[in-house]
Amino acid sequence: MLEITDLRARAVGKPILKGIDLAVRPGEVHAIMGPNGSGKSTLANALAGRADVEVTSGDMRLEGASLIGLEPEARAHLGLFLAFQYPVEIPGVSNMEFLKAAVDSRDAALEREAMSAASFVKSAREAAERLQLTPEFLRRGVNAGFSGGEKKRNEILQMLLLEPKLAVLDETDSGLDIDALRTVAKGINAFASETNAVLLITHYQRLLDHIEPDFVHVLLDGRIVETGDKSLARKLEADGYARLA
Amino acid sequence: MAEGNETVHERLSSEYSAGFVTDIESETLPPGLDENTVRQISAKKDEPGWMADWRLTAYRRWRTMRPPRWAHVEFPPIDFQAISYFSAPRGDRPRSLEEVDPEILRTYEKLGIPLHEQEALAGVERPSVAVDAVFDSVSVATTFRETLREAGVIFCPIADAMREHPDLVRKYLGSVVPRADNFYAALNSAVFSDGSFVYVPKNTRCPMELSTYFRINAQNTGQFERTLIIADEGAYVSYLEGCTAPMRDENQLHAAVVELVALDDAEIKYSTVQNWFPGDAEGRGGIYNFVTKRGACLGARSKISWTQVETGSAITWKYPSVVLRGHGSTGEFYSVALTNNRQQADTGTKMLHIGRDTKSTIISKGISAGQSQNSYRGRVRMNPAAEGARNYTQCDSLLIGDRCGAHTFPFIESRIPSAVVEHEATTSKVNDDQLFLCRQRGIDPEKAISMIVNGFCKEVFRQLPMEFAVEAGKLLEVSLEGAVG
Ligand SMILES: Nc1ncnc2c1ncn2[C@@H]1O[C@H](COP(=O)(O)OP(=O)(O)O)[C@@H](O)[C@H]1O
Ligand SMILES: [Mg+2]
Repeated sequence: MLEITDLRARAVGKPILKGIDLAVRPGEVHAIMGPNGSGKSTLANALAGRADVEVTSGDMRLEGASLIGLEPEARAHLGLFLAFQYPVEIPGVSNMEFLKAAVDSRDAALEREAMSAASFVKSAREAAERLQLTPEFLRRGVNAGFSGGEKKRNEILQMLLLEPKLAVLDETDSGLDIDALRTVAKGINAFASETNAVLLITHYQRLLDHIEPDFVHVLLDGRIVETGDKSLARKLEADGYARLA
Repeated sequence: MAEGNETVHERLSSEYSAGFVTDIESETLPPGLDENTVRQISAKKDEPGWMADWRLTAYRRWRTMRPPRWAHVEFPPIDFQAISYFSAPRGDRPRSLEEVDPEILRTYEKLGIPLHEQEALAGVERPSVAVDAVFDSVSVATTFRETLREAGVIFCPIADAMREHPDLVRKYLGSVVPRADNFYAALNSAVFSDGSFVYVPKNTRCPMELSTYFRINAQNTGQFERTLIIADEGAYVSYLEGCTAPMRDENQLHAAVVELVALDDAEIKYSTVQNWFPGDAEGRGGIYNFVTKRGACLGARSKISWTQVETGSAITWKYPSVVLRGHGSTGEFYSVALTNNRQQADTGTKMLHIGRDTKSTIISKGISAGQSQNSYRGRVRMNPAAEGARNYTQCDSLLIGDRCGAHTFPFIESRIPSAVVEHEATTSKVNDDQLFLCRQRGIDPEKAISMIVNGFCKEVFRQLPMEFAVEAGKLLEVSLEGAVG
């Protein structure tokens, strides 16, 4: 599904990712953990093609296709989805309109038949309900005036509707109370299947109480310094990252 | 919304699509302006003698006036002797649609303006719109005149109104915008050629939307149309104005005057989608749009509402205003002004509160892209007798890129303590995070920008009649072309 080899990248001229290797197969959930500033979001942004992250060497392949040099929208059309750590607001553009534009763009790029307005509204409502969001929520401006928890649930809503192959979730758990965390985890678990994969970025293990990862990687200063199963997450919780430094 | 997306997308890759020239024979006065030109225009239009005198008075005042210099726009001085002040398709004026030159009919067809009553009458889902089509200096067709006449509504070229309804014209022409109001209004009063006249009688709701579509075709010719709309007591009318011009290398002058009069309990809703040729990316050519628009709420509880979407023109100098004389009257101004490339816009409104309990609302959305300059200029004045008057102004600017400018010049004068004036202003940028969010979701940057800009303008678009709102959205998209990157 995803293959990252010796990925090095800079942000504002500073080397941040210093040689990342990672392989994710279909049906797998990988967790990437690490302290603040270790480069987790930079990795997510490098995958998604954000302009201020400059990939200097290495490769990233999604289902065999290299992402290097592709525009962000082309990567999205290949099936890459990024749930943002800090979702941005777009006032005046309704959530529904935004979601429809995203789904239409994907369908046009994949030369699929466009979804009818009616069936789109229906699936958007269903997805919202699964995340315990009211239909009114779909009419509001994208993230405009949303609480932290609503913003995070909105990212998951977009993921459910876009049905990506690889979902990269950047600290989707932070800022959520326990009920919202459960709802979000349920949404992610419902999404995960044998044909897609999830990369969970987090620096707490509490999300991993609800979503069972197949692998846990520890990112420290731009490198994956340890890989294990979910017990590694518990160990980190107990001992902290200092032991690995 | 959803169905619209296809066409919106197609429009993305189109240029200024109204930029073609219609090949017809025209009768054009040679360039230059003196008293004789004014007399010739009046004679060509077969006007009554009082009208020629009215024009000459305006001309003599204009000679003594200077162009305004206070606007935040820059352009070389205009040589008013180098412009032709009259151009009309050759031949007699057509008396019915059948007589209109097929080339002209095709022009409006290409522009998507319905000039056929039959089609509309056959009732294809949308309600019909009556159209007055003004081609260069003359009105070439006015549809639905009969249907409207049955309702008592007069909708005709202003030249016809001078002969057929002289009392109304003499009473109201120049009553809202006096001949010497400003340099361009005086020029217009001297040389105006055609435009629309509307009278809606007492307690009548005009049975359909009225619209005028202005087309500049001839080269080197100015367009000076004049519109006068009167809503008698308890009347209601919604009026739409559209405009386009061919792409030409030189600048062309458009100096229109629009006067609205609302008597007791009357309401006039005036919407404009302005799409004059904006000039090319280097700032060559384009229309100088120097327009005076003003409404008078003469009657108690009357209401005048201006909605404008300004995307075209090289330079826009335009302040649709309302004089709130009748007590309890309401003035509204909803504006989207978008500038791209080298366009310059200085636009806004004036709300003059004279009567007690008068209310006004100003919602202005300015969008600047490219190397354009976009200014909001507003004046709210509360006269001493305007007890209980209220104004609310909201003025938002959106910048795309960092080579453009947005400016706001709000002037507030309140001479009565009981009046309430509220002013809010914001400036924001389409930021990289918003753009990246859209792109990560698969939306291409052009579409993303247009979605963000449309969202920004939503409050204003809501005021437009449905079809116009869709058109306005598409127009923004086309006008923003090349704004990203
Ligand atoms: N756009 C940026 N501008 C400036 N510094 C950045 C930018 N992106 C990342 N960095 C820097 O890169 C390092 C890693 O940041 P980040 O990837 O956000 O870490 P994490 O997500 O693990 O907390 C930090 O030192 C951060 O300051
Ligand atoms: Mg981070």
